[in-house]
Amino acid sequence: MGAAVNSGHGTLLTLAGFFGVLSLFAIGGGNSAVPEMHRFAVDVEHWLSDRQFADSFALAQLTPGPNIIIVTLIGYHVAGVLGALVTTLAMCGPPGVFAFFVGGAADRFKGAMWHGVLSRALVPVTIGLTAASAAVVAGTAGYGWMAATITLGTALTAYFVRVHPLWAFAVAALLGLSGLL
Amino acid sequence: MAFAKVSLSGFGGVLAWSRRMMVEERRWLTAEQFNETYALCAFLPGGNILNFSVILGARFRGAWGAIAAASGLMGPPLLLVICIGAIYAHYGDVPALRHALTGVASAAAGLMLATVAKMARPLFRSGTVTGPVIAFATFASIGIAHWPLPLVLAVIVPVSIAAAWVRL
Repeated sequence: MGAAVNSGHGTLLTLAGFFGVLSLFAIGGGNSAVPEMHRFAVDVEHWLSDRQFADSFALAQLTPGPNIIIVTLIGYHVAGVLGALVTTLAMCGPPGVFAFFVGGAADRFKGAMWHGVLSRALVPVTIGLTAASAAVVAGTAGYGWMAATITLGTALTAYFVRVHPLWAFAVAALLGLSGLL
Repeated sequence: MAFAKVSLSGFGGVLAWSRRMMVEERRWLTAEQFNETYALCAFLPGGNILNFSVILGARFRGAWGAIAAASGLMGPPLLLVICIGAIYAHYGDVPALRHALTGVASAAAGLMLATVAKMARPLFRSGTVTGPVIAFATFASIGIAHWPLPLVLAVIVPVSIAAAWVRL
């Protein structure tokens, strides 16, 4: 394992193509795209193992900044620094251009009927996608009873009280370190 | 640009921090404008905060403003995460690190579950079955059957839009 496993132009093109297309399907935020990233990077291309994918996800959560930064880690893992840059640009570029034009036009369409229809139609899809992401991440992180307990415990705690993610991560990391996982 | 500061202070998502900076500290937006813009970003494809930075940057300084804001947001974490990736490439197999990361990933999955539960509450209260059915169908086809995302969305999004249209 390690970075720069393969940095041929073919791999860079595959990275750019896949994440460029994926970026436009990431409705409701970056986490919606996590299952598709896993399917492609782990199951189809075998760029990473399940464990490496879960680790990348965890590291992206621990890195300050938008969580979408997981794509940078995957790109780095596959093709080094160049891969990281290509992947990040592919993931951010298309939605950025899209947002630029829609944002400019949004004021004119404010309150339009399709706006309400579209947001009402997309909310349940986003919920389903987020649930799927949780399932994929939990599945790759490990099936042990300790992992399941941490997942459920965090879910219940975060549902009923406001917790800062870092506290949850710190407790979970310590539990992990304690060797119970 | 101030987006760099936001991105670095935001662990596990930057929404709360960006709101604090844009509304409370710099007064670039009113609370209503923030909510409106955020709602728009949430249903555009791609990272919500990234879209936010593009739209806000564009509003102040056009295309260059958008590029500056997006780079400010993505630049620092990009550099940081490359360093983290390099460290992981060397020490990723150390058992202690592996166990800690497994714990973090499990907790992150839990946080997402909590988000799902919070988001789903109004959906179930609305009294219609379509919303929950669509949410569950999306979850099952992506999360359990592992079907390709573009394929699933190409079917589910039109169905969901049609359902929302009918209910008008």
